[in-house]
Amino acid sequence: MIITKQKELDKILEKLKNRKNIFIVGCAACATKCATGGEDQVQALSVEMSKHGLAILGSMVLDTPCDIRVVKKDLARDDKAQKAESLVLLTCGAGVQAISSVLEDKELVPALDTMFLGTIERLGNFHQFCSLCGDCIIDETGGICPVTRCAKSLVNGPCGGALKGKCEVNSENDCAWITIYDKLKKNKTGIKKYHNIKNNAAVNKPQKVKTR
Amino acid sequence: MTFTETLQTKKFIVTAELFPPKGTNLKPLLEKAELLRGRIDGFNVTDNQRAVMRLGSLAICSILQKQGLEPIMQMTCRDRNRIALESDLLSAAALGIENILILSGDHPSQGDHKEAKVVYDLDPVQLLKTARTLETGVDLAGKKLDGSPKFCLGAVVNPMAEQLDLQLAMVEKKIEAGAQFFQTQPVFEKKLLELFLCKTKDLPVKFLIGVFLLKNSQIAMFMKEKLGINIPDEYIKRLATAASPLDEGIKIAAELISAMKPQVQGVHIMALGLEEHIPEILNKVK
Repeated sequence: MIITKQKELDKILEKLKNRKNIFIVGCAACATKCATGGEDQVQALSVEMSKHGLAILGSMVLDTPCDIRVVKKDLARDDKAQKAESLVLLTCGAGVQAISSVLEDKELVPALDTMFLGTIERLGNFHQFCSLCGDCIIDETGGICPVTRCAKSLVNGPCGGALKGKCEVNSENDCAWITIYDKLKKNKTGIKKYHNIKNNAAVNKPQKVKTR
Repeated sequence: MTFTETLQTKKFIVTAELFPPKGTNLKPLLEKAELLRGRIDGFNVTDNQRAVMRLGSLAICSILQKQGLEPIMQMTCRDRNRIALESDLLSAAALGIENILILSGDHPSQGDHKEAKVVYDLDPVQLLKTARTLETGVDLAGKKLDGSPKFCLGAVVNPMAEQLDLQLAMVEKKIEAGAQFFQTQPVFEKKLLELFLCKTKDLPVKFLIGVFLLKNSQIAMFMKEKLGINIPDEYIKRLATAASPLDEGIKIAAELISAMKPQVQGVHIMALGLEEHIPEILNKVK
């Protein structure tokens, strides 16, 4: 799931100064689970903006705003969305850009910042366990990704700065390598294996996948 | 004597850290280096330590080298990708700098440029291996080099780390990757050091044990509480009650070195900007 967080209200309002006919778009997928762009947040933002004297023409929570087909089918054909001058988007960056590719003449105001690919522990509690590096080695690191969970992305072992098992960079996080070590202890050769230099070209931007 | 040659002798080796200035004024650093001439075997020059932006290690190492002092260039993985790291290794070699200490480097969030892009393209084990690869006349792309470098490579280890087995596995990995010597984090505690020495005694490299000059009880408390460095209360008490805490710190550093001397191959002194006091420490070593 894509983790997002809402921009500060003042910053959103600043962008909308003197705008008329505003339309708000939410996301029924990730941003709903994140409680950043679901029905509730769209409503709440709508109320706040009205309080600040902005005229809200309408709103819509798209199933998956990151899907250009959905944007074309549901948003582009909507009367109110068509009439709107500015669209405030409670979606991730993929959603914003799917919308911008379809509604080319609208002013788009992203209201979320896109953070990371998240693993959900419980609602409101998300972890970054994977950084989409395109070169996975977790079969050799006990199912724990050092590229992501070690602050320095060290793939050959720890830096030596852990304090009470916690990362020296952020004491809220477990040292990834101590966690990996505990998991690999049964297999003593595991920890000594040399991990080769990463192929960063695997994720050179912008990427494209075409399977058909 | 070059550091490679020093490592081959049986002498008790002493290295110390010098911090590049924040700015271009080299005078204080060069004066400190001059005070240490003939007293130490290698001058480590740090690489933006604590992730605080400073003048570069390479430039200072080159200046020290020209003045007949033996530099050990510290190189972190934090700020440069593999192209820049390889290039800087070749640059060092071209300037006659042979000794390189490779470390991961403190994270930018701990420094003064917290919003910097975090790089760590290679990790220290990979960077050691990369330096050895360059020596064979090829780079990481497999391209042939016109003239290849020769290095004396060092790495770091924390003998006081919570998971000693894991640290020892790292030591072996770093040796395998090309490390010839190790400089350690500060050590204040005798028992843990003895355990570390016992576990590493058969390894074919030299360990220079970290000795830190505690200038007062506040810094000692900070290191103990915030960084988890095991500093005996006895030392903190002595620093807190001494008429001159710095003199007491010098005494403590000298005592630590005197106690270690029969057991270790050398020491690596970290004086955190008070390098002018290193000769006093060494004079007091028994």
